[in-house]
Amino acid sequence: MNKIWLVIQREYLSRVQKKSFIIMTILGPVLMAALFIVPVYIATVSDETKVVGIVDESGFFVDAFESSDKLKFQEMHMDIDEAKSSYEKIGYNMVLYIPKPAYTYPSKIFIYSKSEPGMNVERKIRRSINDDLRTMRLKDAGVDDEVISAMKDGVDLTSIKLGENGSEEKRTGTLNFILGTVLSLAIYFFIFFYGTQVMRGVIEEKTSRIIEVIISSLKPFQLMMGKIIGLSMVGLTQFLLWVIITTSIITGAKFAFSDNLAEIEKYQMQKTGQVIDPSNQVEVNAQYDKTAEILDTVMSIDFPVIIGSFLFYFLFGYLLYGALFAAIGAAVDNDADTQQFILPVTIPLIISIMALQPITNNPDGPVAFWLSIIPLTSPISMMIRIPFGVPWWQIALSMSLLVGGFIFFTWVAGKIYRVGILMYGKKISYKELWKWLRY
Amino acid sequence: MDLLVAENITKTFAKHRALNKVSISVPENSIFGLLGPNGAGKTTLIRIINQITGPDSGKVYLGGEKLQPKHIEYIGYLPEERGLYKKMTVGEQSIYLARLKGLSKNDAKKQLRYWFEKYEIGAWWDKKVEELSKGMQQKIQFIITILHKPKLLIFDEPFSGFDPINTNLLKEEILNLRNEGATVIFSTHNMASVEEICDHIALINKSKKILDGKVSVIQDEYKTSTYEVEYDSNTTQLSEFLPANFEIIMKEELERGFRAKIKLPSDNFTNELLTAMMKNSRIKLFKEIIPSMNEIFIRRVTEN
Repeated sequence: MNKIWLVIQREYLSRVQKKSFIIMTILGPVLMAALFIVPVYIATVSDETKVVGIVDESGFFVDAFESSDKLKFQEMHMDIDEAKSSYEKIGYNMVLYIPKPAYTYPSKIFIYSKSEPGMNVERKIRRSINDDLRTMRLKDAGVDDEVISAMKDGVDLTSIKLGENGSEEKRTGTLNFILGTVLSLAIYFFIFFYGTQVMRGVIEEKTSRIIEVIISSLKPFQLMMGKIIGLSMVGLTQFLLWVIITTSIITGAKFAFSDNLAEIEKYQMQKTGQVIDPSNQVEVNAQYDKTAEILDTVMSIDFPVIIGSFLFYFLFGYLLYGALFAAIGAAVDNDADTQQFILPVTIPLIISIMALQPITNNPDGPVAFWLSIIPLTSPISMMIRIPFGVPWWQIALSMSLLVGGFIFFTWVAGKIYRVGILMYGKKISYKELWKWLRY
Repeated sequence: MDLLVAENITKTFAKHRALNKVSISVPENSIFGLLGPNGAGKTTLIRIINQITGPDSGKVYLGGEKLQPKHIEYIGYLPEERGLYKKMTVGEQSIYLARLKGLSKNDAKKQLRYWFEKYEIGAWWDKKVEELSKGMQQKIQFIITILHKPKLLIFDEPFSGFDPINTNLLKEEILNLRNEGATVIFSTHNMASVEEICDHIALINKSKKILDGKVSVIQDEYKTSTYEVEYDSNTTQLSEFLPANFEIIMKEELERGFRAKIKLPSDNFTNELLTAMMKNSRIKLFKEIIPSMNEIFIRRVTEN
């Protein structure tokens, strides 16, 4: 035990002190924070105000457009040809032309501009005109104003999960989806990145020929486990630092852009699928309701279960694959020869990532069930399902199979490792590996 | 007393039999040479003694006890395939490897300080291994091997890749360690070094032991009662005055005088040879020809 501890210490310290680790640890959160902040920043700060000149020959829509900070509407009292030639001089960005309608209302409108008007602008104009047209047509048909405004009210869908004992629980669809995806992707990258590191470490010990000196002092299995555990601690350290640094960067950024705080929140809300039209006062209130609702659903998420199972699958998934990667490292002499062995090992990982969509669509279906039970795919697949709620017996089965799988694959890997580390200059085939298992 | 005894060791890899009922006994406080051509099974035997692999059958005893994990600390091993972590500093690495052998951190430092001063290499402490030359790395490897004062030292082809200066240093140090009480096994196919420093040998060929014993005894066994004489006149032919059952194997003219190798029917005839020679010429040198280990090695291996 004492010797494993020495190996763990060496693996941990020698890697944490590496420049690449320090750079990755700092760069990772900066990139992640940038992923959150930059789009918001672009969407809110750097956007210049666009001015749309309106030439409305129909006379219906001059007042249909509400100007906002970023998009202003100005009526142009001139005909379209004059407007086209002079809009830039006046300082407008584009001309919206509504021709005189052939019948009552226009069916075609045009935007003239030199630069691209942008999808948002086009969508906003189309939506305003369509809204107005609908209202006018309804009015023409003699529908009451009250009815027309009442038509804008929609319904709010709430999905309730019925428990076995009749309990009711609000489902948190989108949030579950995001949570499951993020957590399972984290496991995927962690396994991949640190599994490869284990493999590299083994190859390094082989090529530098230090391996035989070391295994005359301890058992190959101790060395392998020490390396795998040491690296998992490096990974956990990095993960923890990322969480801390990312959180502080985002918090810092929120203070720095406190003017845009509301915008950021709005933006994030849109990201979570709640599209809100900021121009509508009624919906701004609705937005606060939504915030409260999201808070509500966040509170309803079973964090102890999610965090607990995340750590479990994170750790055991990595340990299982770490052992397999260590075996690959032992079987080859250099990085270039690893390909033929890496592929079969990573196929289950890739399958579980490809199954992300089907699983989120049907978290209790057969695909989701089997992938989250089989040890090689369960770390990722079960993590996708967990936020949606999984029956206890399935979690228990999946976890015990994963532990069993971990023990089995570590045993197999240990056998290959033991023989492989002392083999030099031989291209290893699968047949050869099979022989090693029976030494 | 024998420090290490291996009895009937057999080891098979898939279809290849690496060792076939090999037994060796290494007397305490001696230097034991494990000889054999490449692929004979020397390294496998050494790995079994180091508990890197286990034998299929047979037993190993160290100091009278059955070989077990705690014995790792009593053994210092310099493998044929040897290296160091390239990116680690010399100091950290030495401490790490010493601690794996069971030394405490402080003891490791103390020992390292002693050896680094002895070889005047203290300046390397904070250097990364990749900054050192190969010769320097070999010195470090050697120090690490003997750092924990093992009772049994095992060197697998220790001189391969060593430059002449390091080879000499290593030889001296091995003899020193023996004089201080250590037992040394060393495996090689470099025969010259065997005669120089080994007390006992075992010769392994094609996974079987074909010869073992004390070096002087083996050489006595392979003697052919052949003597070398140097003398300075050639008035008469040797064959004319030597008895007919004395076989002249070789005769050559030197700058001053002559040299001949003569094979006698047995060692009891030396005085007869000398008497005959003295009558006819002035003798300058007379010595028994002892077969070199190299000759014995080649003879045994080709016979086998």
